[in-house]
Amino acid sequence: MNIQIDAKGKQCPLPVIEAKNAISGMTEAGIVEVTVDNEIAVQNLTKMADHKGLKAKSEKKSNQEYTVWMEVTEEFVKNNIKDGNVSSTPVTEENCIPDIRKKKTVVVLGADHMGEGDEKLGKMLMKGFVYALTQLEELPQTILLFNSGAYLSCEGSDSVEDLKSMEAQGVEVMTCGTCLNHYGLTEKLAVGSVTNMYVIAQTMMEADHIVKP
Amino acid sequence: MMNEFCKGGGCTAKLGPGILDKVLKMIPKKADPKLLVGFDHSDDAAVYQLTDELAVVQTLDFFPPMVEDPYLFGKIAATNALSDIYAMGGEVKTALNIVCFPESMDANILGQILLGGNEKVTEAGGVLAGGHSINDVDVKYGLSVMGTIHPKRILENNHCKEGDLLLLTKPLGVGIVMTASRMKAVSEEAFDQAVESMTTLNKYAAEIFKKYGIHACTDITGFGLLVHLGEMLGENFSAEVWTSQIPYIRACEDYVEEFYITAAGQRNRNHIGAQVAFENCSFAMEEILFDPQTSGGLLVAIPENEVKKALKEIEALGLDCGIIGRVTEKKEKKIYVLK
Repeated sequence: MNIQIDAKGKQCPLPVIEAKNAISGMTEAGIVEVTVDNEIAVQNLTKMADHKGLKAKSEKKSNQEYTVWMEVTEEFVKNNIKDGNVSSTPVTEENCIPDIRKKKTVVVLGADHMGEGDEKLGKMLMKGFVYALTQLEELPQTILLFNSGAYLSCEGSDSVEDLKSMEAQGVEVMTCGTCLNHYGLTEKLAVGSVTNMYVIAQTMMEADHIVKP
Repeated sequence: MMNEFCKGGGCTAKLGPGILDKVLKMIPKKADPKLLVGFDHSDDAAVYQLTDELAVVQTLDFFPPMVEDPYLFGKIAATNALSDIYAMGGEVKTALNIVCFPESMDANILGQILLGGNEKVTEAGGVLAGGHSINDVDVKYGLSVMGTIHPKRILENNHCKEGDLLLLTKPLGVGIVMTASRMKAVSEEAFDQAVESMTTLNKYAAEIFKKYGIHACTDITGFGLLVHLGEMLGENFSAEVWTSQIPYIRACEDYVEEFYITAAGQRNRNHIGAQVAFENCSFAMEEILFDPQTSGGLLVAIPENEVKKALKEIEALGLDCGIIGRVTEKKEKKIYVLK
């Protein structure tokens, strides 16, 4: 199992955090390869590998491109699983559970209701829409929630369970941090992660389909 | 669009000490007997003598935001810029704002930054006298501060003596906590501790130290404790640092294990790491000792017979502080980090 990470253009500690997450998600021995654009990031990656007892080597490809290879051993993976850092039966590409996420379909929930008209009806429809998503054969890759859509992923929403179920199947659920803040929901987020406008814009730009109820 | 405002700044954004040394060596220096402290000292601020009794202290400091609240950022940046005057033993008189701000951004944000900055200048007993603003892609803010000092009472950063004890007035780990905050992994407690430390003026500690026979004083900023200590020791001394006595924000131990560490911390390690011997020091503590501080505390070298009394007064200011080590005769390594 080998993992490649392109962390060029990312400031420390991001390259290190991404590598660390990849390493702790490994379910079998292999190499994590990280490409970065500065020497300090190479040193921080090597420091992290040393601290975790992993062998690392690096190579300077040009002034703005360095590659670091970290060797994740069988023993490390075993201990990692034992420590409960990673599940021993994860869904990986090699597993036989088919990945039912539709390639790069992004569902955008920009309000807590669906359609214009009676607001009470709109909220019911939205609840139904999120539930219906869970029942589809192909799940979206990402669900973005912003403006009053942020209420849907927070405590007290009837959609939390449905969103959690999709998240458990690999759907990325991301809620706009500014919106959570605006509605005083920051402490109440119940599913998925907090995101920002850069990620929202990038996710939408890279999507093959955007679904907006 | 908070992330556009805060991209991870503070003193972690400082250029590495290595680069700076190289460049500064290339600048021709004009000899002026009235320039009592200039940049060949790697000191905190410049001191220029006007009369037998009066010298001016000048300093300038600015950086990008490290917190998302602009008002808080203003307070931190000003506390940090004012600190260099106190590290020299001076009194703050006037301050000028330095502003880089995108025209497209909400001007109220700038208003909040300046408000926070002004509050700290006023608390320092100084007056905000003007400034200069530039339209720029990213936000940066700081101050140029002028203070006064008696030419005979300058606290230089490199006049320590063998046997002096080292007293640090604020907890370390602010850079690590702000990195954890940027990764949305910070606890409210750790964040509040860091903010309290970064917005506490070094004025109060400096006033206490005036009553004692301090040999050397510096403020801990982007170069972290070990690089600043290395400058204080110069070529003639070494020091012991006792990790059990280091004041630091406790959550940092966990954050280091998650690798919420900075490029600046690694640059500090590169700069002085070869001159430091670590004995029984955890990886987390190493990182804390190299951690770049924004608006960090004062580090003073103080005679042993005065240190207990001074520490008691500093403790009463309310921040985590401690006697963290001792200046020794020159040994093979510059700094020995012991338990």
